[in-house]
Amino acid sequence: MNALEWLTQLLEGVVALAAAPALLGWVNQCRAWLQNRRAPSLWQPYRNLRKLLHKEVLIAENASPLFRLAPYVIFGAMVLAAGIIPSMGTRLPLVASADAIALVGLFAAARMFMALAAMDVGTAFGTMGARREMMVGFLAEPALLMVILVASLTSSSTALPAITEALASGHLGLSPSLAFSAVAFVLVLLAENARIPVDNPATHLELTMIHEAMLLEYSGRHLALMEWAAQLKLFNYVCIGFALFLPWGVAVGAIGPVGLLVAVPALALKLAAAGAGLALIETVSAKMRVMRIPEFLATAFLFAVLGLLVHVLLGA
Amino acid sequence: MTHLPLDQQLLDSCAALLLLLSFAMLSQRRIVTLVNLYALQGAVLAAATLLLAWRTGEDHLYLSAALTLALKVAFLPWLLHRLIRRLDVYWDTEPLLNVSGTMLAGLVIVVFAFALAQPITRLADTATRSAVGIAISVVLLAFLMMITRRKAMSQVIGFLSMENGVFFGAMSASYGMPMVVELGVALDVLVAVLVLGVFFFQIRERFESLDLHHLESLKEHD
Amino acid sequence: MITPLPKLLVGCIALLLGWVAVGLAGLLRPRSVRLAGRILFPLGALIGFALAALAVTSLLGGGIERMVLPIGLPGLPAHLRLDPLSSVFLALLGATAGGISLFAGGYFRVGQGTAPGLLGLQYHLFLASMGWVLIAADAYSFLLAWEAMALTSYFLVVTEHRRPEIRRAGLIYLLMAHVGALAILLAFGVMHGAGPLTFHAMRTAHLSSGWAAVAFLLALFGFGAKAGLVPLHVWLPEAHPAAPSPVSALMSGVMLKTAVYGILRVALDLLGPPVWWWGLVPLALGLFTILYGALFAAVQTDMKRLLAYSSVENIGVIFTGIGLTIVFAGSGMPAVAALALLATLYHCLNHAMMKSVLFLGTGAVLHATGERNLGRLGGLIHRMPWVAWLTLIGALAIAGLPPLNGFVSEWLLLQSFLFGDQVPHTFVNLLIPMGMAVVVLGAALAGYVMVKFYGVIFLGRPREAALEQAHDCGWLERLGLAWLAFGCLALGLLPVPVIGALSRVSAQLVGAVVPQTSAYGWLLAPVPGRSVSYGPAVLLTATVAVVLLTVLAVRLLFPQRVRRVSAWDCGFGALTARMQDTAEGFGQPIRHLFQPFFEMQRELPAPEDSAPRYRIVIRERIWTLVYEPLCAATEGLANIAARVQQGRISVYLLYSFVTLLVLLAVALLS
Repeated sequence: MNALEWLTQLLEGVVALAAAPALLGWVNQCRAWLQNRRAPSLWQPYRNLRKLLHKEVLIAENASPLFRLAPYVIFGAMVLAAGIIPSMGTRLPLVASADAIALVGLFAAARMFMALAAMDVGTAFGTMGARREMMVGFLAEPALLMVILVASLTSSSTALPAITEALASGHLGLSPSLAFSAVAFVLVLLAENARIPVDNPATHLELTMIHEAMLLEYSGRHLALMEWAAQLKLFNYVCIGFALFLPWGVAVGAIGPVGLLVAVPALALKLAAAGAGLALIETVSAKMRVMRIPEFLATAFLFAVLGLLVHVLLGA
Repeated sequence: MTHLPLDQQLLDSCAALLLLLSFAMLSQRRIVTLVNLYALQGAVLAAATLLLAWRTGEDHLYLSAALTLALKVAFLPWLLHRLIRRLDVYWDTEPLLNVSGTMLAGLVIVVFAFALAQPITRLADTATRSAVGIAISVVLLAFLMMITRRKAMSQVIGFLSMENGVFFGAMSASYGMPMVVELGVALDVLVAVLVLGVFFFQIRERFESLDLHHLESLKEHD
Repeated sequence: MITPLPKLLVGCIALLLGWVAVGLAGLLRPRSVRLAGRILFPLGALIGFALAALAVTSLLGGGIERMVLPIGLPGLPAHLRLDPLSSVFLALLGATAGGISLFAGGYFRVGQGTAPGLLGLQYHLFLASMGWVLIAADAYSFLLAWEAMALTSYFLVVTEHRRPEIRRAGLIYLLMAHVGALAILLAFGVMHGAGPLTFHAMRTAHLSSGWAAVAFLLALFGFGAKAGLVPLHVWLPEAHPAAPSPVSALMSGVMLKTAVYGILRVALDLLGPPVWWWGLVPLALGLFTILYGALFAAVQTDMKRLLAYSSVENIGVIFTGIGLTIVFAGSGMPAVAALALLATLYHCLNHAMMKSVLFLGTGAVLHATGERNLGRLGGLIHRMPWVAWLTLIGALAIAGLPPLNGFVSEWLLLQSFLFGDQVPHTFVNLLIPMGMAVVVLGAALAGYVMVKFYGVIFLGRPREAALEQAHDCGWLERLGLAWLAFGCLALGLLPVPVIGALSRVSAQLVGAVVPQTSAYGWLLAPVPGRSVSYGPAVLLTATVAVVLLTVLAVRLLFPQRVRRVSAWDCGFGALTARMQDTAEGFGQPIRHLFQPFFEMQRELPAPEDSAPRYRIVIRERIWTLVYEPLCAATEGLANIAARVQQGRISVYLLYSFVTLLVLLAVALLS
């Protein structure tokens, strides 16, 4: 462990914090272009966060301390997750203490706090949102874990850097099982980040909302943290996708200044491409009915399992 | 981790893609998308055939790749699209078994198919022997799709996809069938689709729907 | 014998007798709550802690102590033995029972049921018999203790014996316990061959592979019935809600683990090196149990039934681990088998802690509100903060979230699953990774269940007016809860020393230890041959640091004031507590998705109902498919047998006469 590794670790966290709103802004921009609308500025999410942070906080009378604690816990979990995912370098001091399974656990913890906080005030929407979120979660979480486990079977380790290094070193080349996992992963990403076929982030339409229903009681800085955490979550998921399927450009092995100089622009390029892709998916697909979501996620889960099967069968 | 040569990896990827497409077809309710997926499956099959031809240097495989491309990627999808427009069937109704259930059944079938393929895999010495299991899976999955759908249209596509599986199986187990057989099968498929197309019109004229449960009323009442 | 006195074993026996003595002391004044609650139960707790300390000492020493007491059958004195395996489970018993006894000290009151003194006797005899099961080293004393355990727990289950449904639950429990005990008896009968009934003789007996398999399957049936392996789990959801909460906690947290101890003892110790395919049976049953338990837990409306099904799920996890251990051990992969065994044992410890927290939490709620139905609770975090926050730790732990303890065992189990594709048996190496999918799904469902459990009971608004009067629990109860919650935290944050201690069991049972347990001394890295590690303490420190930094930064930079307002009601204006999800509502997606699993009866409200209630009764199909036909068949057989009973003396004499003649004829012919 040297100073540079700690610096990279810190940098990863800071970059994630800083870039996450921009990623969302970019997705929104691409979507607007694709839909022939005038696009909002790339900086709009930052402005929203600033506005919210400066506002007074309104809390429901019967909210418990859990309600006020949750935004901080969720935000903290997401920042930590950003530090674990090898988005720029694989030699990160923190990764030794959390592998991919722990990462999924971290996401699950954030989800659970989110659902509990939503139930805390005791409104109809809050509990409905919590129920739906857990419904999405109990299928999406195993699907994500299966995707990661397929990748870890290929590289014989559940540590994300080991997976990334094994893939980046290129001696695996094409691996059919990863095709299945990639499809599953995209489906999970859409569901977990409340993107279009599953949830619509832009609406408060009562009957279809999931994520927004849970946030209804939040305001001011708490809401800002929740929104920021959601943006970080999207950023993290995209970065997990890179770590598992597109590890090019990541500084493998000992981190030097050159590696970082390559890694940062590579990450930016990949993020831009992924954002555009996400916008495209969201534009061409339609929101589904809530009771269709389990079907969607079961498909994702089964694809991941199939990836596992193909891995064992074809040995690659 | 064993290091496989690149073409082997590509072939394996093609096999996996075929399986992926079979599952995608299983989970798809829109008939238009189903046709597109079928065309895509044909394309992957053509690519796999081409790869194998290049690898083994067997000339007749080039020919079957071209045949696949012409028939399964271009002509049949075009025909089916036309049929869909003429018959106005864009959606299948709710399948008999829900999608998750079907997929789960599909998973079991894949495991079964691979168990089935093991002796063949041990006998064959072709480079693509690991793909035999996938070929059998594709056949059985297509069968499953035919079972769970109501509309005649989706059943025809299932039938065609099944033929894809057979073709791929023959290719991976013994580098393709003799050319005569292959041509014969291609012709069969063509004729079958044409005949079925005619059939569709007849069915619709008779029942004003393509839903196959109407055929149940044809049985003799007891 | 000239061996030195087995100090630890003697100490252990003394402590178990101490429990018996504490129990008997309660009979002095059976109606006195003060004596039982303030003196005896805390005393019992102290004995529990002492037992745990002693067991840990024995485990760390790693030695085996034996002793023969001249009691029991003529020719078969009681053999006792303290080895690493029993030490682990004794530690589990002591530590868990300590916390539960503290809680129980504040819990039991004079009520409709058994008098406190008598209850204390049953309770402490129950504890002592569980301890005896763990140190017994011959079939006779093992089964004696096993039956004592079943009987005392039966009496505890029917504490409120004036209610018919509780008597029914007790009967089902007793029945299953006896069917199981019968199978265990048969298993011992097969195993001892021609030798004496001591475990030592069984270890050295050479069974043919067929008989060994029979013994294993019988033991699996017997211990599986006690543990609650599907389809033998039916007594669990009946008995757990019927019993008083500390007893439920004890049964779920500790007693189920004695069954796990039993199967581990038989399969990995007494039967010698296991055959790999044996493992497939507990593996398959375990996986099915996970899914089954989790699904049924998600649709329950009674909070203790919900926890009972959750126990079923966790037993599934444990048996999955046992199955993997056997498969790996039988396939010549001892290091991986050791890893799977560690996961199993770790999960036993974890489940004891977290399930006890949850059961005790429901006990406190039950006392404060008199309500077990989730649909009539809510908002208790305001009235009962101690119970609520301590229960939250248990709920998060059982949902398998890092950095708590449930995650550690789940992590270990998944890591051992990842070796499944290396098992040298085709087709099996394909199915084992598929099992991983089920484990993962079960863990995610556990999260769903816990959000429902915790959210509906403690969060939101009180669904009934009476809940406003709910009060927090007393200090003894808090102490007990806090100890167990602390156990969840400690097991979660300090896995390295625990794994180090548990490795002695893997050395004893599968003859291998994981090559290393830690990296840098503080990261858990037990996976053989793979560089992967997990450091919960670091993870927690980092999370806390980030959270604190965020709080500070946000508070300093944006010190806007906080105003309390009423919840947003979309302009509707008449938001009531009844608009929250009930337990039925929260389970709806699961019911919808897994419909074929459930047998449902809906009670829909009438349209003009002003206070409508939607009720749904969910039964297991297993009752109609398996148990009811079985009962009918048994009854039919019994009716046929009943024809023998004529009521006339001469007929009975005829029976005796015919028997005598037949026996004489046999003697003549042979």
